[in-house]
Amino acid sequence: MSVAARTPVREEGRLRSYLDFYATTMRTAVQANFQYRADTFLYMTGTIIEPVVYLVVWSTVARAQGDVAGITAGGFAAYYIAWTLVRQFNLAFTPYGWEWRIREGRVSANLLRPIHPIHYDIAEFAGWKFVNVVVWIPVAVVLVLIFEPALHPGLEDVLTFVPALWGAFLLRSLNLWTLGLVSFWTTRTAPLFELYILLELLLSGRLVPLQVMPGWAETIAAVLPFKWTFGFPIEALVYDLPVSELVGGLAIQTAWIVGMWTLMSVVWRRAVRRYSAVGN
Amino acid sequence: MGALRIALLYWRVAALNELQYRANFFIQLVQAAIGFGTGVAVILLVFSHTNELNGWDAYELLALFGVQMLLGGVVHSAVQPAMQKMMDDVREGTLDYVLTKPLDAQLLVSVREARVWRLVDALGGLTIIVYALTQVERAVGLEDVAGFLVMIVLGAAMLYCFWLVLATMSFWVVRIWAVNDLFEGLYQTGRWPIGIYPGWLRYGLTFLVPIGFAVTVPAEAVTARLDWDAAVGAAAFALVAIVLSRAVFRRGLKSYSGASA
Repeated sequence: MSVAARTPVREEGRLRSYLDFYATTMRTAVQANFQYRADTFLYMTGTIIEPVVYLVVWSTVARAQGDVAGITAGGFAAYYIAWTLVRQFNLAFTPYGWEWRIREGRVSANLLRPIHPIHYDIAEFAGWKFVNVVVWIPVAVVLVLIFEPALHPGLEDVLTFVPALWGAFLLRSLNLWTLGLVSFWTTRTAPLFELYILLELLLSGRLVPLQVMPGWAETIAAVLPFKWTFGFPIEALVYDLPVSELVGGLAIQTAWIVGMWTLMSVVWRRAVRRYSAVGN
Repeated sequence: MGALRIALLYWRVAALNELQYRANFFIQLVQAAIGFGTGVAVILLVFSHTNELNGWDAYELLALFGVQMLLGGVVHSAVQPAMQKMMDDVREGTLDYVLTKPLDAQLLVSVREARVWRLVDALGGLTIIVYALTQVERAVGLEDVAGFLVMIVLGAAMLYCFWLVLATMSFWVVRIWAVNDLFEGLYQTGRWPIGIYPGWLRYGLTFLVPIGFAVTVPAEAVTARLDWDAAVGAAAFALVAIVLSRAVFRRGLKSYSGASA
């Protein structure tokens, strides 16, 4: 963004080359991952089991007593099946990847490229999503047949859900990418990443719908970014939210993306300075 | 006995190697604490909405979680690293170095690598089990503890067999990075008693993937709720799994073409 601002003359060509870059990288990612369908399928199975476990636990409780915090067994089914699609979207480049890059000295190659390296990671994962969604569809059909979700989204819900999915991907990519940059200072980012996952589990709606959490946890979740990477798209699709809340949610999600992008740029600039200091 | 001697030798070398990196101990401690925090938070959350889950109360579920963590620690320290190395070697053709040694190939690929620090998880799990037992209402006797010890060893054996079959797949499908994710995902189901899963999934998680036998059965033993049928069933299944996984491994080995081919 700021790079483009420095050369206003070639603004249009720059935008076109970014689009071109994204289209090409995404296409390559699609082809590469279609080759390894078995791998994608195993990965998918691994990620589908997590919500199925939550779903089974909570629908057991809900069936025993009618509902949990107003959510019925069918409601939980709808929530966690939407969850599986959101999960395919918010998969992003993890700090483990950064740790590996630093350890193996791969960063120098990234620095030689003419554009910010985050674009490469975002584009590659964005392309991968098309493969994942194709593999996801039959899985979702099976889940729907087994768990009978109570899902009746309106048009406005779907229209919010789609951009919110990509927003969740972008925001989670930025969070994890920025966290990964900590590898420039210490190569032990694993505990930090796991702490992030713990907070995400509890405060994003990943483990349970936020309304099942105690009230104070819900209040904390409202002011943190995690909810916008997981729970928000699900809630937009599954709950009957008023249009003002849908639009407001997208606005807050966008604000977080802009904020995290700024933070990422600042940290990246410092990280690179540190890298060259070590390398020389 | 020769096999045990070889295994202990390899593990000792692995331990000595890893003991050099002491900071990893603290990192493992932090990670175990995070895993423990998540597990307890979920149990608390569930029991803030209900008093029992499929006949298990909160402390019995805590014991089950302890068993899952204990076995998870054992698998992550002694099984998974070796299996991961085997899959890497198959992909790169370096399994040749194992096959040229005058020892049983399955034994060698199973003990070549270990992570000592992951045993922190196992100790944490054991602590949870002991704590949960002091709180459980049922009377837990010595014979229950003995049954638990037998069942946990069988459980570890079954999880090993399952990993071996997964890793053997790399002989046919070369790039299976996701195997690890698959195992972790499946293993998470062990946090809950196998009885809460709907029929098809329950059978899958018992016979296809031995999570039910490996985790739920020892936890039933230690909370004095195991019946003989389940115990005998688990033992029989463990035996079948050991024989079957060895056959699968030998079959896979035949289709290994090596680095020079």
